[in-house]
Amino acid sequence: MTEQILQIMAWLVPAGPLLTFFLIMLFTKHNRTLSWMLAWAAIISSLVMGWLLAFNVFGQGYHYLEEQPIVVASAIDWLPFGDYAQGLWVRMGMAVDPLTAVMLIMVPFATTMIFIYSVGYHNYGQPRGTHVGEPNHGNEDPLIARFFALMSLFGGAMLLMVLADNLLLLFIGWEIMGFCSYSLIGFWYAREYPDPKEMPIPRIPPRKAAVKAFMTTRVADVLMLLGIVFFYRAFGTLSFSEAFSFEALQTATTVVGFGGLGIMTLLIFAGTVGKSAQWPLHVWLPDAMEGPTPVSAIIHAAAMVSAGVYLIVRIFPLIAVTIEGNPTVGVVIAIIGAFTAIMSATIAVAQNDVKGVLAYSTISQLGFMVAAIGIGAYVAAAFHLITHAFFKALLFLASGSVIHGMEHGALHVHDHHTDPQDMRHMGGLRQKMPRTFWTFLIGGMALSGLPFITAGFWSKDEIFADAWYQWVHDGKGLALLVFIMLAAAALLTAFYTMRQISLTFLGKPRSALAAHAHESNNYMTLPLIGLAVFAVAAGWFGIPDNFLGVEWGKINLFHHYVGATIYAVMADLYAAKLVAHKIFTLPFSWIPLLTSLTVALGGLFLGWWVYGRNPLQQGQPDPLKAPLGPVHTFLERKWYWDELYQKVFIGPTVYLSEKIVYEFVDRGLIDGLLHLIARVFYTIGYYMRRFEEVVISDGVDWIKDQFFVMAREFRQLQTGKIQEYTLVSMLFAVALAALVLLINYGWFARLLSSF
Amino acid sequence: MIPLSWYLLVAAALFCIGLYGLFVRRNAVAILMSVELLLNAVNINLIAFWRYNAPDRSVGLAWAVFVLTVAAAEAAVGLALIISVYRNRDSVVAEELDLLKN
Repeated sequence: MTEQILQIMAWLVPAGPLLTFFLIMLFTKHNRTLSWMLAWAAIISSLVMGWLLAFNVFGQGYHYLEEQPIVVASAIDWLPFGDYAQGLWVRMGMAVDPLTAVMLIMVPFATTMIFIYSVGYHNYGQPRGTHVGEPNHGNEDPLIARFFALMSLFGGAMLLMVLADNLLLLFIGWEIMGFCSYSLIGFWYAREYPDPKEMPIPRIPPRKAAVKAFMTTRVADVLMLLGIVFFYRAFGTLSFSEAFSFEALQTATTVVGFGGLGIMTLLIFAGTVGKSAQWPLHVWLPDAMEGPTPVSAIIHAAAMVSAGVYLIVRIFPLIAVTIEGNPTVGVVIAIIGAFTAIMSATIAVAQNDVKGVLAYSTISQLGFMVAAIGIGAYVAAAFHLITHAFFKALLFLASGSVIHGMEHGALHVHDHHTDPQDMRHMGGLRQKMPRTFWTFLIGGMALSGLPFITAGFWSKDEIFADAWYQWVHDGKGLALLVFIMLAAAALLTAFYTMRQISLTFLGKPRSALAAHAHESNNYMTLPLIGLAVFAVAAGWFGIPDNFLGVEWGKINLFHHYVGATIYAVMADLYAAKLVAHKIFTLPFSWIPLLTSLTVALGGLFLGWWVYGRNPLQQGQPDPLKAPLGPVHTFLERKWYWDELYQKVFIGPTVYLSEKIVYEFVDRGLIDGLLHLIARVFYTIGYYMRRFEEVVISDGVDWIKDQFFVMAREFRQLQTGKIQEYTLVSMLFAVALAALVLLINYGWFARLLSSF
Repeated sequence: MIPLSWYLLVAAALFCIGLYGLFVRRNAVAILMSVELLLNAVNINLIAFWRYNAPDRSVGLAWAVFVLTVAAAEAAVGLALIISVYRNRDSVVAEELDLLKN
């Protein structure tokens, strides 16, 4: 593969899906088959090209990559600034380094699986549904072409973000994804729900959920944009390769100081807090489950929320320098991550919606990654990002398959009131939906971190190992705190996963819906199998070099290759004492390994003990409800964050905007002023018109009348009798003659002079 | 020779009679006759001035002949008009012919 071909491929990878969006929206929207085939073609071509690029990068060998991480780079002059005649342009383009490469393996693959799945999910091939903008249970969704257009746009934006070589292009991809999230959450825009108090699982309509998601992430994006501006101020460039060189980082510490770097990092991190649904901006993700399940899988598991973590992984050199010089920042990031992890894990334990558990699980796992970055564990965070994307996408797709099965059951027994997503109505689906069961099980085990054979184990273990090392070796209390919190969260993760599996698949069906469920079509189940392969195998690329104390050689490919992305920079920074650690292989320790094993197996066992041993019967309440009592309600109501935000932020804002700005200022003051001005002009106009009517019009009429009067008088001369005409003319002739005589003979003058 | 003024006085007198008749007579034909009187009075004036001031030149004579001819033609036309009016209106009283009123 020549340099040029690789560069062209780097541009084509995001361009294909982006172009497909326009093609579908403009041309093929009415041909459903062509639309999804176009989407498939685009994403599969991105998959092929992405993998080719990735393997080209890996083929260089990690020793080469440590010196030269960026293998393929192509940029164009984009924005002139300053004296651009001198050639000063901001350049934007694509760059492929090992981190990008590993994302290029994961993102297109997961997206392709999800695209394949979506065709079956939206019931392609079934009779065309008639409800536009609502879910059409069992029938083909009438807006399926638009779905694939938006998903393609999203895929293109994610790939754009991953390949971007500067912060601005990353932000552009980021924002496009935000828009796609909004559109796709609100895909069933016409769906309405009854009063939430009457619903067993309270929900908000998809329209509101979409707005909520967008607004929450917007708050974060504004802060992030400020951070980007500050970044430019500090580094003078937005390009990653230029900004994250040793010299640039060293200069930046003097230009803005560690305080400034801290603010900058926290501002950019705010973007991650919003996008990756960390506390306090986590509230949008559970409501985002209103979107169709493929949307939940791709946007809210594999790609968009991963983008938040990708950002902080990408700017890791900056973060590393900042947390070394300004430890508060590290504390903030790590604690936000760890707190989010454990908080949402507790909430997930009490959720009854199958997608709700997974939503909180996602938030929790993202908290793991954020906490890892907070303590400086670059490779561990990236590793967990990749493995999580695979198994979480798998879990979401499998849950969608479950929901489909339940909906088939609902159609079968004509029950449209029972919520097909409520786990309390499921049960016994292991026999009815075997493929879904096994793939869900694999995904769930990966999430819990089942040792050795699942990917989640290896990536979580690495985070624990890093935290433990820093506590033991560096004495960082923060690392110990993170270790403990994440271990607790992992325990809860395994617990609620087992709970979910037991409630959904084990035991006997607890409702007619589950009793009549059946396995989903191949479009849906084959991607599950594809993702399950990766959920198992992806972890094997990250087995530590010194696992169990034995030197296995350089088997930790993930560490060596992805670590090579910033190896050189970190080495220089470490030598200059600007960062705590360079990229190195951790010495093996038994404690994190044993902790991982304990929490994973212990959590799974506890879950099985409570939920799996005696599977719940129909109508039986949750076994945790009674012992936990109000705590359980607190967890089930999601720690009441939504209610708190409503009271503190949303309520006052709505009040301000409706009552004060709208009614008082806009309609009262501004409109009042305008009405006043209008009335003044109206009155002026009225009086001017009166003037015109009375003075001008009537005056002119009066003159006209006088003319008529005069004419009437003079008309009397016209009698029509010729003799009278002759008399008058004769009299005039006489008068005229007299006048002429008077003048010509001087009598006139003498007459006048006698006065 | 008798003074010129005598001829002019006669002409003036005839003119006044004609004028009086023009205004007073009811019948249209009588009015035409009065117009003839006017014209002839003017003719007397013309011939008198010619004879007394420039008899060797034929200007005055020609002029008088002209006036006479025009008077004849005009009388013919006038009578033709009166006949036509009489045929349509059954009347030749000038007072009643007031179509041009107002």
